Amino acid sequence: MQRRSFNKAVAGLAAATALSPLNRAFAQSQKLKVGMLLPLSGYLGFIGQSCKKGSDLAPGVIKEMLGVDVELMYADFETNVDTARTRAERLIQEGANVLVGPFDSGAAVAIAQVAEQRGVPFVINIAAAPQITEQGYKYVFRNFQTAIDIVRNGLDLIGDLFQATNTVPRTAVYMHVNDTFGQAMTKGIGAMLPRATRLPFKILDTIPYDPASKDLTVEVSKAKASNPDFVLLVCRLNDAILLRREMVKQRWNPMGIISPGSPGMYEEQYFKALGKLSEYSISNVPWYNPNAKLTKVVEKAFNKQNPKDKLEFHGLNAGFTFEAILIAADAFKRARSTDPKTLADAIRQTHITDKMMLGGPIKFNAKGQVEGIGSACVQNRNLLPTVVLPTNAATAKPVFPVPDYKKA
Amino acid sequence: MPFDLVANVAVAGVLTGLVYGLMALGLSVIFGVVRVVNFAHGEMMTAAMYAAVVLFTAFGLDPFLAVLPVAAVFFALGYALQAAVINPFITRPEHSQFMLLVAISIILVNGLLMGFGPDAKNVQLDYQLESWALGKLLFDKARVYAALLALAVSAALFAFFRFTLTGKAIRACADNHLGALVVGLRVKHLYSLTFGIGAACVAVAGCMLILLVDVTPVLGPSYTLLAFVIVIVGGLGSMGGALLGGVLIGLSEAMAGLFIAPSAKSMFSFALLILVLLFRPQGLLGRRT
Amino acid sequence: MKREAVGLLVLLLLLVFFPLFASSYALSVVTLILFFAYAGQAWNVMMGFAGQLSLGHSLYVGVGAYVAAILFQTYGVGPWAGVWISMAACAALGAAIGFLAFRFGISGVYFALLTIAFAEFTRIGFDHLTITGGPGGFFLKVSQRESWDLLNLRGPPIMFYYVILALTAGAFALCALLLRSRAGYYWRAIREDEAAAQALGINTFRWKMLAVILSAAMTAVAGVFNAFYYNNLFPEQVFHISRSIEIILGPVIGGVGTLFGPVLGAGVLTTLSDGITELLAYYNLEIPGVKQVFYGVVLLLVVMFLPHGIWPALAKRIGIFR
Repeated sequence: MQRRSFNKAVAGLAAATALSPLNRAFAQSQKLKVGMLLPLSGYLGFIGQSCKKGSDLAPGVIKEMLGVDVELMYADFETNVDTARTRAERLIQEGANVLVGPFDSGAAVAIAQVAEQRGVPFVINIAAAPQITEQGYKYVFRNFQTAIDIVRNGLDLIGDLFQATNTVPRTAVYMHVNDTFGQAMTKGIGAMLPRATRLPFKILDTIPYDPASKDLTVEVSKAKASNPDFVLLVCRLNDAILLRREMVKQRWNPMGIISPGSPGMYEEQYFKALGKLSEYSISNVPWYNPNAKLTKVVEKAFNKQNPKDKLEFHGLNAGFTFEAILIAADAFKRARSTDPKTLADAIRQTHITDKMMLGGPIKFNAKGQVEGIGSACVQNRNLLPTVVLPTNAATAKPVFPVPDYKKA
Repeated sequence: MPFDLVANVAVAGVLTGLVYGLMALGLSVIFGVVRVVNFAHGEMMTAAMYAAVVLFTAFGLDPFLAVLPVAAVFFALGYALQAAVINPFITRPEHSQFMLLVAISIILVNGLLMGFGPDAKNVQLDYQLESWALGKLLFDKARVYAALLALAVSAALFAFFRFTLTGKAIRACADNHLGALVVGLRVKHLYSLTFGIGAACVAVAGCMLILLVDVTPVLGPSYTLLAFVIVIVGGLGSMGGALLGGVLIGLSEAMAGLFIAPSAKSMFSFALLILVLLFRPQGLLGRRT
Repeated sequence: MKREAVGLLVLLLLLVFFPLFASSYALSVVTLILFFAYAGQAWNVMMGFAGQLSLGHSLYVGVGAYVAAILFQTYGVGPWAGVWISMAACAALGAAIGFLAFRFGISGVYFALLTIAFAEFTRIGFDHLTITGGPGGFFLKVSQRESWDLLNLRGPPIMFYYVILALTAGAFALCALLLRSRAGYYWRAIREDEAAAQALGINTFRWKMLAVILSAAMTAVAGVFNAFYYNNLFPEQVFHISRSIEIILGPVIGGVGTLFGPVLGAGVLTTLSDGITELLAYYNLEIPGVKQVFYGVVLLLVVMFLPHGIWPALAKRIGIFR
């Protein structure tokens, strides 16, 4: 009778998944199992792959640095929030001692709830929504800037840029993607710009656009018509490419394109698609310190693992992913146990100064947030994202305005 | 609002609209004749874009020239798809057809992801970034070429359906299925032919679009939706309708973007769709069935 | 009849006792299955009962979710009160769409496209609404996860499991009841041949509207559950067309218009999806995209060879006549 056997099958499946051996070792364990939740497919697939380059090299580097064994367990949440939740549950069931991920804020919220519910520490590599660390979670940690921090640092760096290049632009046009990230940035800019005395430029027009839009002619026409000195841009990769191309087609050459903190212009695809046209675009984003000791170590491992690739293109994604695993491993070394509560407590006591990303030491505040993560002014030079500010991390001097700036 | 801004945006809107129209042409043909809801339309176009990229990377073939081989291959594939898979579904309920094409689109999208990876791909030609200036008006070269091709292809299709025997036979099937069977037309073969033609149109559109947009595996669905909006607005089975619908959508989106909010431009297309569905479901140039 | 009832009881008992021996992961998966079973059942009312193909059901999930979420977060209105307002809002929306469609004689593919247009329009609209947080998302404050606070729907995952189980069972019972009632016969008549039904004197417009409104209201409840379970809403996710497609996958694969179809379909699809992931992990074939290709192929095969869905074929085997 097929329905009975169907029922049996359901029961069997349930039993099988329920009774599969739980590997959570409460005794001392030599290995730390890190569950990596990344979007390896779906529309964020290329970013997930980028993050993975940072995590793939982590066990080797960490073994050398800390003498600790880290085992990575990957789960692809396919850029889908439902899947993020179930994969997180699955990883915990398979014995993950700590979760790391996920790049996407929506998934981060879902995973955070699972982590908190199950009492397993979750170290966020990249996610900017401020609310994630405002929920009073005890097991969620974030080593990344919130959107508010990103904007503040981004605007500060713009002031530094103008000072370093001795320029005084008077007007700007603000273009931004109308999605979660763009909106958070816009709120931040709206709050902070009026109070920023070092930034006496006026925003002539604000132009939001749909990130899925394949045609940005109207947006660029509008921007060009307001005749600003430069473009303030919060974007993502594909639209950044479209915008730059459209600017060329419409023969518009403002002083420059500056992002106060968004992905896109420093990513490999931007260079590949635009070639020389990618030159001089500026992104003020959290970045790695090219002169840090750990950076050189990671870069060596990166080049060995990806001989045809360059760390510069994956600096942000790979760097923060690596640091997240480092945090977990460092806590493991101090805690000497894989018990999740002990690990979480150890993570709370983290104080890492030998790090690769810019900013102060890795230290979590009461909300599980690291304060003082720095940003860099990254300018595209010779087809590579190059740090031009702050000066102690710079490998080149900033160029602003761009050479083909034409006063309209 | 300065006049040249409005004029430039209007011109861009019309040109873009013609490219959209080219994309929708294939759907109009398929939907108008076979009456199958091709929800894999955008994905087929994405596949064509990848084909153009491959030909460009391997042989340095300009997408304009790639149009011929790619269209030919897609014609064959479209014919095969209709004959082998879709034909039995014509009499099935719509939700079944929908599911079938959703399944096909899932396979296509992820097959492309497996084959090409998630990174965006594009072609790089000099004229892609050039524009002609006429006073203060700027005409984007790539868009103008694509628009001209769109007009040429529609004209060719129109001639085919008007003047050739096969074209008339296909129209007969669309107008009166039973009657066509009665007079002895090989309806199944003609349907497959139509799907092949539709696929070839989509292939041409893809080759043009790669000049304007980078291709990623997930590009398809938004274009499918857009194509449907255009076909409904313009009128099923009408070549001119597809182009007119495209221009209308392109222009209205551009104007809405200019005067209201650029990020809400698609809202207007959907609003237009709703209005057309309610008040003139046969579309602007379609005939009432 | 008897065999069915017994089988159902066994299934229900299994599901009720499931959390006692299931892992947290399995629980989360079955919760998801039940969610799609419920949403699919709600959609099935519009499609199976009134014959109207809705491809924009995410509209009701989204509106239901946002209304209840805002009422809770901003005005302190608990979900049990909020759900009625959500249902009313979605019923009104459904009525509007139904009215527009039926009065203007839109059906079939055109109706489907109309529903897509409304869902997309709303999605972009919500992206621009500041009251709902716009694209930045709307967040519900998670106060506690330990004890069962059914009044505010705050609690551990197991609580949500029982809530959705109750909802799904309730929906199933409701639909079974409706099918056996006069309404059920009218609906079946309309679905089989609307002209003939009208000729018999059935007010097809009224009954079709009823189905649409009921379907919308039921889906609203799924939205409310969604809001309180996930605790955050983004227009991009909630109103997206892929959500609409996910909702109808269950019923279409399981069997449109049948009672067991949506439940069976949801179960089969989620198990399939997870099964493929496990299989690929086992053989180390984790290339992005492979899983979905498999999934698509299976979907294709089921649609091609089981045109009415899995349940009717299964039922015929077991010897049940419907």
